[in-house]
This record gives sequence, structure tokens and C-alpha cells, in this order.
Amino acid sequence: MGFFIETLIGGLMAGMLYSLVALGFVLIFKASSVFNFAQGAMVLFAALAMARFSEWFPIWFGFDNLFLANLLAFLAAGALMFLMAWLIERLVLRHLVNQEGATLLMATLGISYFVDGLGQSIFGSDIYQIDIGMPKEPVFALENVFEGGIMLNLEDLYAAAIAASLVIVLTLFFNKTTTGRALRAVADDHQAAQSIGIPLNRIWFIVWCVAGVVALVAGMIWGSKLGVQFSLTTVALRALPVIILGGLTSVPGAIIGGLLIGVGEKLSEVFLGSYVGGGIEIWFAYVLALIVLMFRPQGLFGEKIIDRV
Amino acid sequence: MLYRENGQFKTNYKDDQRILGITQDRVFVWALVIFAFVGVPLLVDEYLFRAILIPFLILALAAVGVNILVGYCGQISLGSGAFMAVGAYGAYNVLMRFEGMPLIPALLAGGLCATIVGVVFGIPSLRVRGLYLAVATLAAQFFWDWAFLRVGWFTLYTPSGSVAVSNLQIFGWTINSPVEKYWLCLGFLTVFAFFAKNLVRSAIGRNWMAIRDMDVAAAVIGIRPVYAKLSAFAVSSFIVGVAGALWGFVHLGGWEPAAFGIERSFQLLFMVIIGGMGSIMGSMFGAAFIVALPIFLNQALPVVGSWVGVTISTAGIAHSEFMIFGALIVWFLIVEPHGLARLWSIGKQKLRVWPFPH
Repeated sequence: MGFFIETLIGGLMAGMLYSLVALGFVLIFKASSVFNFAQGAMVLFAALAMARFSEWFPIWFGFDNLFLANLLAFLAAGALMFLMAWLIERLVLRHLVNQEGATLLMATLGISYFVDGLGQSIFGSDIYQIDIGMPKEPVFALENVFEGGIMLNLEDLYAAAIAASLVIVLTLFFNKTTTGRALRAVADDHQAAQSIGIPLNRIWFIVWCVAGVVALVAGMIWGSKLGVQFSLTTVALRALPVIILGGLTSVPGAIIGGLLIGVGEKLSEVFLGSYVGGGIEIWFAYVLALIVLMFRPQGLFGEKIIDRV
Repeated sequence: MLYRENGQFKTNYKDDQRILGITQDRVFVWALVIFAFVGVPLLVDEYLFRAILIPFLILALAAVGVNILVGYCGQISLGSGAFMAVGAYGAYNVLMRFEGMPLIPALLAGGLCATIVGVVFGIPSLRVRGLYLAVATLAAQFFWDWAFLRVGWFTLYTPSGSVAVSNLQIFGWTINSPVEKYWLCLGFLTVFAFFAKNLVRSAIGRNWMAIRDMDVAAAVIGIRPVYAKLSAFAVSSFIVGVAGALWGFVHLGGWEPAAFGIERSFQLLFMVIIGGMGSIMGSMFGAAFIVALPIFLNQALPVVGSWVGVTISTAGIAHSEFMIFGALIVWFLIVEPHGLARLWSIGKQKLRVWPFPH
């Protein structure tokens, strides 16, 4: 029983991180109907920028303070993501308005190749570390309930806390600010939003900025767990079933989908994987999402798809 | 002036229904096919066969298959790499498990395996569509990547996990040299391209296009979506599967699942979109573009670097290749979202009215 709960909690933590990446997808899809395959590349780029800046800044400016270095690196990487958002909106999306979904999908794939190459030529392609001072040692909880207690990774707890606070900030931003309301208006109906004077281009820029910041936070957490390296881009592929499970247009869907997928993956790997040779967590999430899609084509929380001829 | 249809009257239905209605088109295509079979082997050296022509032919065949699904039936699929893998491993199993199995039936059997798998993984398309479907087809990709890596039965329990085929023979004719491989692939591409071209003009092809344009409306006028969508999946994955078998047998010789990874699926989709959705000719343009571009960049970048006096490191070249490839794709989608096939038809139209365009 203790082992089961341990796996469950591990899955929830992993799921939290998946939902962070999934959030980036959902934000952009909601506001611009672009399925952004470049999210993974953006995560890698942001993480690389953060890792290298926190390494370079102390050398350039001659100080020795981990917190300050990380803070400055975070801000600089954030600024880079804003710049990237601006460039993508300006150079790519503006020219592809009203194209088919598949064309836009391919365009974001092109962007992801570009960003991958750019990030690695600027920041190098080795494995880098991000040290944001998260404790690595495990703690034990509920020792009086189960024998031996439950092993928890403090690092995971911190990561989950960061992710949760990001989600809260985003929710506040969407619901309480004027810009947030404009974003939701654009998500509902491009034309209606435009006709009441909401500038589409600026909204798209803001959405890509927000997605960039989400990518940065995701990159920071994943990077500090796994090290910053090229394989970080595959995290985006792991997050795809999350969004179709939760629904492409639903922020709560991304979070709950992420948790479900995280738990499902871990439990299946531990309790089923050994029967079929292991490594099933890679496709299990997809099959889980597929089964849900058969019954709810719009995902668990997506908007109902209404067909009109 | 040369490209005119003036005076070519169609007096019976047979004439009216020809694939290539204009005499000049017919002459051009036949000349092209004959040139590809006879002329190219005389002109080209071995490196070009291995590095460009054979991959181009096989991937063009796969792109034709993907185009049937994506371009004609409108079902975006990111699982094409998996269907190629199923074709390759299916053909391998058939060839190895049955004593004295000839090569061509084995390749076609690989295609049949891919058909079955394609239909099964196409079932979600009955419920979901668009980008949801794209992600759903990724399930096929990851599942088969895993299956061929972990399930020993598919690879006949070879300890290394990679499989190899040697001694390809058709009626006692051993296919060894690059030219012979080229002929084999070209033969497959020619036959399947004509087959596909004919199919998309037939009733079934029109059903697919109706589904693509608006599936509810198509259902209302009496087209069965289940039948149309699944048949598109079947035909598409058959062709993709045969291409996969050729890729494994002829191009690679020995392979492991990584040869058919998700990158391959993306690559095929790129070919279809850059070549032009809903165009058989376009698939070939797209394949040529995507196969040749990285090789060209690889050769050209160091040269360009030496002009400006910069020596680019190997890693630098790899990264700049990525960047230029990505940028070119985006640029291309912006200037011609309908693909190379559109340029081709614009060119034909211009030729037709030249020199008096008004």
C-alpha cells in the first residue's frame, strides 16, 4: 500500500510537470488556433538560456551569489523569450493568418527546427545544469501509518509548488486583468473580438510571451531535474496526450489531464510494464488519451464540437 | 507556343477520361519515364544513386501514400513512420518465416500488414478529426516504435534487435548494384503513382475529397464516412508500407526501429505540404525538395563559410542546417502555402496562354 501511494504521488508530481508544458500548448491554441509544435523547442531554448546565463553572469559582472545569478538569468531568459515571441508573431504568424491547420502545424515545426538549431549554436550543445537551490534529498512521511513510510522527493514537491503557483498567477491574469479578458475574448471569437477593437496582433504577441514564460518555468524545473540537454524537446511529445485528454482549449483540462497522464504512466509502468517488457510509459499515455477520445472526441474538458454544414 | 491544346478534340468518352488529356503532357510524361529508366543510369554515378536517387524514389512513394490520406481525404496523420516500419518488419517476417518466399510478394505482404494496422489506427478518425487526430495517430508511432524494440517475435529474436536482409532476388535476377536497386524502386514508384492517380479520379477518390472538404455535408449527400475514411487509411498505409519495406530492404539493407522514428513521420508530412496537398506530382516534388535540401546544405555550408573566411565546425554545420532548414520551411509555407504543385500548375497555365496572356 505504501508503495502504491508512493508511485501515485510520483505520478502526480510528474503530471504537474507535464501540465506545465501542456499549458503552453493550450494557451496558444486557445488564442490563435495554432497547434504549437515549437513548444518543446521553446522549453529547450529557455532552459539553455537560463542555464548558460546563470553560469556567465557571475563571470561577466564579477559577483558570487547563486540567488542573484539565477534571478538575473531568469529575467534575461524571459526577455529572450519575449523577443522570440515578437519575432514569431511578426515574421511568421502574421503572414499565415487564415491558413489551414496543417499548414500552421508545419510552420511551427519549421520554427521548432530553427529554434533548436539557434539555441544550440548560441548556447552550445552539451549537458548543462540549472541549480536553483532545490533540495535533492528525499524525506519520509506518514511513517506511523505505513511501515517504512512514504518516500517523497523534496525536489518534486518544490517543483509542484512552483508549477501550482504559476497556474494560480495565470488564472488571476486571465480572469482579473483587462488584458486577460481581451485574451479570452479573442479565444472565443477572433472576428467579434476584432470588431470591438481588440488588436489581434498584440494579443497574439502577448499569448506567445505568456507561452514563452510558461516554457521558461517548465524548462527551469525539468532542466534542474534532468539536466539541460537536447532530449528536453521530447518532453513536448510527452505532453501531447495530456492536451488531447484534457481538451485543446481548456486550461483546467491541461492541469487535470497532466495529473491523470502522470499517474497513469507511473502506475502502468510499475504494475503492468513488467509483464510486457517494460518501457510502456512512452505509448501508454497516448493509448489512454485515444480511448478517452473514442468516447469524448473533444477531450475531457474541451468545448463541445458542433458541426454545421 | 508549343504547349497548346488547340485542335485536340475529344470525340469519345475514352479520350475524355485519359489521365493525361493533352498530347504534350502525354509525350512529356512518357519521355520522363523512359529517361528515368534508361537515361539516368547512363548519366549518374554510384554516389548519387545511393545518397539521393534511391532515397528520393522510396520517400516519394511514401509521400504519395501520405498524400492520399492527408491531401485527398483530409485526415492529418503523424503515424506514417510507424506504417513504414510495419511494412518493413512485416515484409521481413514474411520473407524469413516462409521458405522460398519471392521478393515482390514479400514486399506487397509488408504493405498488407501496414494496411491492417493502418485501418485499426484509423478507427479514431471516425470520432475525432483535425489536430486531435494528428495527435491520436502519434499513438501508432510510439506504440510500434516500442513494439519493434521490445517484442522479440517481430525481429525473430535477433539478439541485437536490428534485422538485415541480404541477397534480394527477383526471378533469379539478383539485385545488387545501385542501378538495379534504382530500377526496382523506380518500377514501384511508376506503377503506384499511376495507380494512385487513377484511384483519386475514380468514385472512391471523389468520396475522399468530399470527406476532406466537409465530412458532415458528404455524409448528408450519401457518402459513407466510415467506408471512405477507412479506405483512405487502407490505401494510404498500403503504399506507405510498401515504401517502408523498400526503404528497409533496398535502401538500408539492415535496420532498427529508429530508422522509422517520429522524425520520419514529420519528414513525410513536410513532403506532402511542401509538395502540395492533393497532388500526386506534388508528392514527388516535395520528396525531391526534402531529400535534396539537407544534402545540399551539408555540401554548401562549408563552401560558403570558406568564402567569408569562417571555418564552421561540424556541430556548427549541423546546427546551421537545422536553422536554415526550419527557416526555409517557414518561408516556403508563407510564400506558397499550396506547395510546389501549385507553382507547377501556374507554370503550365502561363505556358498555355503564352505569348498572349490576355
